[in-house]
Amino acid sequence: MKGILAIYRRELGSYFVSPIAYIVIGFFLALTGYFFADIVGRVIEYSFRMQMQSAQFGAPPSLDAPMLVIRNFAGFVTTILLFLVPMLTMGVYAEERKRGTMEMLMTSPITEFQIVMGKFLASLTLFVVMLSPTLIYHLIIGRYSEPALPWRIMWSGYLGILLLGAGLLALGSFISSLTENQIVAGVATFVIFLLLWILDFGVRGSSTAAGEIMKYISILQHYETFAQGVIDTSSIIFYLSVVTLGLFLTLRNLDSMRWRRA
Amino acid sequence: MIEVEHLVKSYGQARAVNDISFKVEKGEILGFLGPNGAGKTTTMRILTGYLPATGGTARIAGFDVFEQSMEVRKRIGYLPETPPLYPDMTVSDYLTFVARIKGVATADIPNRVAEAMRMATLTERKDELIKRLSRGFKQRVGIAQAIVHNPDVIILDEPTVGLDPNQIKEVRGLIKNLAGQHTIILSTHILPEVEMTCDRVVIINKGRIAAIDTTENLTMQLKGGERVRLQVKGSAESLRETLASIEGVINVEVNPGEDSLINADVESESGTDLRARIASRVVGGGFDLLEMRAVNLSLEDIFMQLTTEEKAGEKAEVIAEEKAEEVAEEKAEEVAEEKAASHSEISG
Repeated sequence: MKGILAIYRRELGSYFVSPIAYIVIGFFLALTGYFFADIVGRVIEYSFRMQMQSAQFGAPPSLDAPMLVIRNFAGFVTTILLFLVPMLTMGVYAEERKRGTMEMLMTSPITEFQIVMGKFLASLTLFVVMLSPTLIYHLIIGRYSEPALPWRIMWSGYLGILLLGAGLLALGSFISSLTENQIVAGVATFVIFLLLWILDFGVRGSSTAAGEIMKYISILQHYETFAQGVIDTSSIIFYLSVVTLGLFLTLRNLDSMRWRRA
Repeated sequence: MIEVEHLVKSYGQARAVNDISFKVEKGEILGFLGPNGAGKTTTMRILTGYLPATGGTARIAGFDVFEQSMEVRKRIGYLPETPPLYPDMTVSDYLTFVARIKGVATADIPNRVAEAMRMATLTERKDELIKRLSRGFKQRVGIAQAIVHNPDVIILDEPTVGLDPNQIKEVRGLIKNLAGQHTIILSTHILPEVEMTCDRVVIINKGRIAAIDTTENLTMQLKGGERVRLQVKGSAESLRETLASIEGVINVEVNPGEDSLINADVESESGTDLRARIASRVVGGGFDLLEMRAVNLSLEDIFMQLTTEEKAGEKAEVIAEEKAEEVAEEKAEEVAEEKAASHSEISG
């Protein structure tokens, strides 16, 4: 535990002394802020039109505006994560290998597991730090929303984002451990995330076995249920499996480097 | 403290370390000497547990470096060839981090960090970012990192490489100060460094131990032999014959230069002074004798003899079936060239 904590503290500190964390967080908050305002504006406009229509034709207003806002916003956040997470994870192991500090870590009395866990928890903490200011948007809307904001959907949406982020961070860190060059790691991570995202585009609507598998692997698919306010065990297990897989592969890779290095 | 037995490390066909055995007693400073690529770094990495050995065993403080790696890691401090530094941390933050991962008890950390900084004379720079430090200071942070947890064994891979002469002197002084309470292995390809800092020397070449002895013995062994350096005008071949025919001469080395100027080294048995005889034979042979002086063999010469003789021996095996006489001449020339090459490598 002490080993994990030591790695965790150094890692988290390193995020905040380099400009990368500030750039990524700033960019993330600027984009999400803009899109949140944009989504709210559109939904308000849409609901006005619906009200006018109902006044003219007497149809009952059946629009749940707050829920529309949350679902659109969550969908946007998950997409933008695919672009930003590679920037957070690209240097995690690649820089360590390039600087030669990996050699120090590997000859210190800490296990590879402690290194991997410390680094993962630090990146997850940074992720939470990046995500949490967006809650303010919902608090503001919550004050003025009519009908009241569906908090349950909001929290399940955020839980989904957290799980998705954890999975992406674990995978990105693994890719970073494969190379000494953090640019290569960043680009490779991005390409792989993109593939995981668009995997099911071609097979939507089809119900072949291959299509089902593609749909299952497609990393954003599992997010859908969270955005509907449903906390689906299978989706939680999917994301936790992705995290475990990423961490496990990193661990194996660190261990195997001992045997491969020249 | 350190016992290495028949250590082997192979990369595919190549053997980076080939059957190395040695022992280091507590408090000793052992120098690892060899040309670049001799297997020094590989051996050190095996000792630290960074690389697994292909064969043989290595024990530190009674613990096997592979089987009981964690126990070994607690007891060693290791400075790799490039100091493992985080450029964005301050010196004291960095050393605190290292102390934590080395398992120093939390209450002791501030003391240990202060002590390591004091020994490496870093105290004044403790709040500076590592990336702002000069090369010499970075190297000192690297050494401080290796001693912060007060390990029994300190392993330093080329601790003075890339430093200027003043910094080299400081680092050597620091290493000498560490001796006694710590057992130290350091590698280098700079010979005076070994003469100055180490109690014992392992000379290693092409993955094998070429010699292992105390620094004094190795120097003594060759101080015995005498060497005379000549500068002569004339024909190289006939000079070689003339010099070789002198009684008591063991080895003659002839390096022709420009304008029929020849530099020649003559080695003779210990305790003999052949200068008078050489002078009369050279002048009598019709050569112009321009310069002559006696040279003492240094560790550097021993080192070159040990590392080049082996190469010559290997080559001789390969070409043994070919015409022996021609070969002998060629070999002599090759050896001379190789000596010149490795000489420049060492002094560079």
